[in-house]
Amino acid sequence: MKANCWMGINRVEVREVDDPKILNRRDAVVRVTSTAICGSDLHLYDGYVPTMEKGDILGHEFMGEVVEVGSGVDNLREGDRVVVPFPIACGACLMCEKGLYAACENSNPNAGMAEKLFGHPSAGIFGYSHLTGGYAGGQAEYVRVPFADVGPLKIESDLTDEQVLFLSDILPTGYMGAEFCDIKPGDVIAVWGAGPVGLFAMVSAHLLGASQVIAIDRFDYRLEMAREKAGAETINYDQVDVNEALKDMTGGRGPDACIDAVGLEAHHGFAPIHAYDRVKQAARMETERAHALRQAITCCRNGGIVSVIGVYGGMVDKFPMGAVVNRGLTIKAGQCHVHRYMRPLLERIEKGEIDPTFVITHRLPLAEAAHGYQIFKKKQEDCVKVVLSA
Amino acid sequence: MTATTQPDEQGEGMARVLGWASLALAVPQLVTPKKVLRLAGVHPGTASASLVRLVGVRELGAAAGLLSKPKQGAWLWARVAGDAMDLALLGRALRGAGTSPRRLTPATAAVVGITALDIVAGLQRNRAAKAEGATATTRARSAVTVNRPRAEVYKFWRQFENLPQFMHHLEAVDEHADGRSHWKAKAPFGRTVEWDAEIVEDIPEQHIAWRALPGSDVDNRGVVGFRDAPGGRGTEVLVELAFEPPGGPLGAVAAKLFGEHPDQQIADDLRRFKQIMETGEIVVSDASRDGTKTLNQVRQRDAQPGEAR
Repeated sequence: MKANCWMGINRVEVREVDDPKILNRRDAVVRVTSTAICGSDLHLYDGYVPTMEKGDILGHEFMGEVVEVGSGVDNLREGDRVVVPFPIACGACLMCEKGLYAACENSNPNAGMAEKLFGHPSAGIFGYSHLTGGYAGGQAEYVRVPFADVGPLKIESDLTDEQVLFLSDILPTGYMGAEFCDIKPGDVIAVWGAGPVGLFAMVSAHLLGASQVIAIDRFDYRLEMAREKAGAETINYDQVDVNEALKDMTGGRGPDACIDAVGLEAHHGFAPIHAYDRVKQAARMETERAHALRQAITCCRNGGIVSVIGVYGGMVDKFPMGAVVNRGLTIKAGQCHVHRYMRPLLERIEKGEIDPTFVITHRLPLAEAAHGYQIFKKKQEDCVKVVLSA
Repeated sequence: MTATTQPDEQGEGMARVLGWASLALAVPQLVTPKKVLRLAGVHPGTASASLVRLVGVRELGAAAGLLSKPKQGAWLWARVAGDAMDLALLGRALRGAGTSPRRLTPATAAVVGITALDIVAGLQRNRAAKAEGATATTRARSAVTVNRPRAEVYKFWRQFENLPQFMHHLEAVDEHADGRSHWKAKAPFGRTVEWDAEIVEDIPEQHIAWRALPGSDVDNRGVVGFRDAPGGRGTEVLVELAFEPPGGPLGAVAAKLFGEHPDQQIADDLRRFKQIMETGEIVVSDASRDGTKTLNQVRQRDAQPGEAR
């Protein structure tokens, strides 16, 4: 089959590789019909996530048709149309029982490796480094899905791929980011990053009752999408001081909750500070550039919530813990527990409450994955989201 | 989770001397790496200077180990490993540009001499340990919580024939009617060891202890405890293993160097045990299709479908 492989920093290549097979009773093999490039794939592409091997198949946002099931899968059969959640979860451990699927205790075969970095192992994730298991990803014609009786969501209506594909990651991730904010009437929610996840966090914040949603980014085309499609007011941090602007917009209080939908490769409006973090990151003295997170913390109102859904993988330097403690902030974070949001969000899509297709700006065949990564990374052609069809 | 190797009692003099030597070497390597390079006959580039500093850091570590724990033979064998690394670096330098073979050759001869000294000291230490009757017992201990009832978890473990399913070193366990069992295991470097074992204690749903009978290839014993996790969170399983590593203390260090770390192994064994109990299978990814033994986790293959090796 053809699959998009990581071949080194800034290099992906669609190559001919072996077809996947059933390896365990609870596996299924899915023929991928649609898959997407995630902002977090760029962290792999840019080389900031350790434990990548040349040849790794990328991709954790995908859907398709079941072509084979193992003897232990009784809820799926050949021909079923499914969306597959990006975290792999066993459904039986204590974390899965609590609905914390992205913290599954059993799905990471490289648990020993992950434990060394994180203290305790994290769950397996499709196409997302060996730290999260070394699973082949879904930017391919076929993919093996472990614990297929737990993860995949069957699509039985006639919704298009584009309407349901993002249930695999970015829609639930954005929604969880908003849910973390524990939104009460009158709340103002600020979202750092107007990429696909940030945009879905903004839409979700409105659905959960926010009075005002503010988007922070530096690309006007993305801020425009935030205004037009996600009902947000906007701040371009290259042009104004974010903290001052947020105070102006909130009567000096600051947002009730701040969502970091940026992660470890944040850009900073003030060049010297950005240079400082880039140098430290390049020298491996810190692994993350956490400007967005630092700013979300300092801008948040006293007693507010900082919701972190952007991806971090290692150590953050210059973390404003003083602000967290002295102003009584709550930080909530996590890889999305996709499984628990898929069905309710599918219902919202079916009812027409959310139309996730608005983020798609580029549709390419799988064979052009490398081009997709380039324009997405470089923010060329006003790129927001690339969907690949296999 | 802790593993310790506890050899030796005496003959620490040599270790102390080598400790001070390490310290004496480390200081110039850290402070004036370029002078060290010139002295050895290597053209001092920036990269090689930082390499010398790294070697200095290593020497400092060896000095700290040898001077604070001269009884621990492992530090001497760590020095031998360091010597091997130095020789490799010098060998590379010999082929590189800007080196002076006239100086480099005596430097290499000196390191060869030091290596010989380190090996002699290490062997002395091992012999002394043996003479004292001291052993190099390796202990490993790890705990896991299994989200299943205690009776079920105990029952699966008590059936020793199940153990090779998740303990990767075991090839087979056969239980006999008299309560004894025959164990067959993979030892480092492709060897197989066998032994007979008996159950020392068996309190249903709480505790099983077993030990190898005299005359075994590997003297070993193990104990596993089961107790309810608080709040209905399943069963806490705590395992302790102790064994005399094949090849004595040297064998234990060598095994660790080749990725056979007992702590990591028992932790990985318990993770597989948990997977079987909770999910009915051992989880496998494309990169781990050769199995999740410790060494495979260190040396990953790419995340692509394909045949197992």
